[in-house]
Amino acid sequence: MSLVLFLILLATGLLMIFVYEPSPERAYQSILFMQDETLFGRLVRGAHYWGANLLIAVAVLHLLRVFLTGAFHGQRRSNWLIGLGMMFLIMLSGFTGYLLPWDQISYWAITICTEMLGYVPVVGQSLQRLIIGGTDIGAATMLNFYALHTVVVPLLLIVLMTWHFWRVRLAGGVVVPRSFKNGPPVGDAYVPFQPALVQREKALALIVVAVVIVAAILFGAPLDQPANPGLSPNPAKAPWYFVGLQELLLHFHPLFAVFVIPLLAVFAIVGVSYLPLDATLSGNWFLTQKGRRLAAVAAVTSVLFITMWVLIDELVVGPGGWLPGSAPVVSDGLLPSTVLAVGVLTFYLSLKKYFAASASEAVQALFVLFAVSFAVFTVIGAWFRGAGMALMWPWQI
Amino acid sequence: MADIDKPRRSFLARMTALFAGLAALEAGWIATSFFGARRSERSLPDGNGVQIAGPVERFEVGSVTAFGEGHFYLARLDDGGFLALHRKCTHLGCTVPWNADEERFACPCHGSAFDIRGDVLSAPAVRALELFPVQIENGIVKVDTTKPIRRASFESHQVTRA
Repeated sequence: MSLVLFLILLATGLLMIFVYEPSPERAYQSILFMQDETLFGRLVRGAHYWGANLLIAVAVLHLLRVFLTGAFHGQRRSNWLIGLGMMFLIMLSGFTGYLLPWDQISYWAITICTEMLGYVPVVGQSLQRLIIGGTDIGAATMLNFYALHTVVVPLLLIVLMTWHFWRVRLAGGVVVPRSFKNGPPVGDAYVPFQPALVQREKALALIVVAVVIVAAILFGAPLDQPANPGLSPNPAKAPWYFVGLQELLLHFHPLFAVFVIPLLAVFAIVGVSYLPLDATLSGNWFLTQKGRRLAAVAAVTSVLFITMWVLIDELVVGPGGWLPGSAPVVSDGLLPSTVLAVGVLTFYLSLKKYFAASASEAVQALFVLFAVSFAVFTVIGAWFRGAGMALMWPWQI
Repeated sequence: MADIDKPRRSFLARMTALFAGLAALEAGWIATSFFGARRSERSLPDGNGVQIAGPVERFEVGSVTAFGEGHFYLARLDDGGFLALHRKCTHLGCTVPWNADEERFACPCHGSAFDIRGDVLSAPAVRALELFPVQIENGIVKVDTTKPIRRASFESHQVTRA
């Protein structure tokens, strides 16, 4: 499915580089030309847009499935890591492509995201400078992003993709579901590749192509007013896959929101594949019956807890932080982070104590806790934040 | 025979490694020069980057004047001193408009606010607005827009007085 989307993106992208001109003066004009005066230009651009968004969504879902069926450790560890690398590249690809239309949405979204980088200690500011090629977003930024988007990232993705598929074969195919009673795998362990898998893939490929084309026709790709560096729109939001991070920024000191917390998350998601977990459980959704129940508990906990946290932070705590009068790093960063860490630890210990969870089940429940939390942040950031980033209902925005 | 070959082989291997390392260094140097050249070119927009704002009398005490091209606001404080404030919000880089009625810079993106001296009035921003160096020569205010200066908060030595 991701492969089909990648091919769609490759084909539509190849068409567009013949029309698009990567400079602040010409970019917007060339897109208008593509949309209004090129036959099927609007369709091609729409397909590229929807293909890209779908690819991110599908890649995230794939990652979730791989994790929740326990196919990320032991001999599959290297493929989990390759997959994470590809996930990063897909995000980077979406992010670099976001700037290219050079309209108000893209200009300010990229401004916000690159400014987030500046909060990383020590290297942040030089990194930010390197990426945008100066102090402000301009021609150099565009050239950087264009080169990354059209050459560097696709090439790396092709290399990693090949490696990824080859490692699946090396690991003896995808994980096979087994019955919960610990019996042998349901049905035969192996079926012929052709036609069993190829037929399914073909059908799915056709469906994906159809969905992308229909979305491109019905909704097209958004294009706002041309970028105006002197006028920020209200509200200014990052691309939807980074909105969760932006939401985090409203609740934590920047040092924690864009550095400490993401860094811990990366450590966790990489490190988890090095844990010595029970490989015989792999193959089933949520591993065991108890695994399912605990995952549900974790999901409900994080939805309730994060919603409450956001509301309390917004309505009760306010801009002064959790401990007004102290340094912002403490009142907005260290203090809430410590409270959260203690909360997570309590959750983990009570899983062990009251549910007698095994290591695999507890790790899985924690993963669900974090994944759902991030999803809630994303939903709030995307649909419940209006002018001035104030909380409001989606229909009021 | 094999014993005679050994030193020669290890010598050749070491030489190969040495030249490979040199080649990598050269490649890295060339690559960084590509990025470096472009950056220094950008840090000098139109000539020397010094913008002439105008004669001192033109700016009323307690007023804020926007200079769109130079990306800054020229603020004249109540004591008559000048500050050139970068228009970029220190939170996430949005452009902050000056609200003359409320006497504050209010960021439209995430609700940060700054006073006329650039100090933070309300979070999420944690640093005061960045500054450009101001010079007053023969009663003419000049602002060097080459590089904004980061600061934590307002201090009186940042003000240029006529």
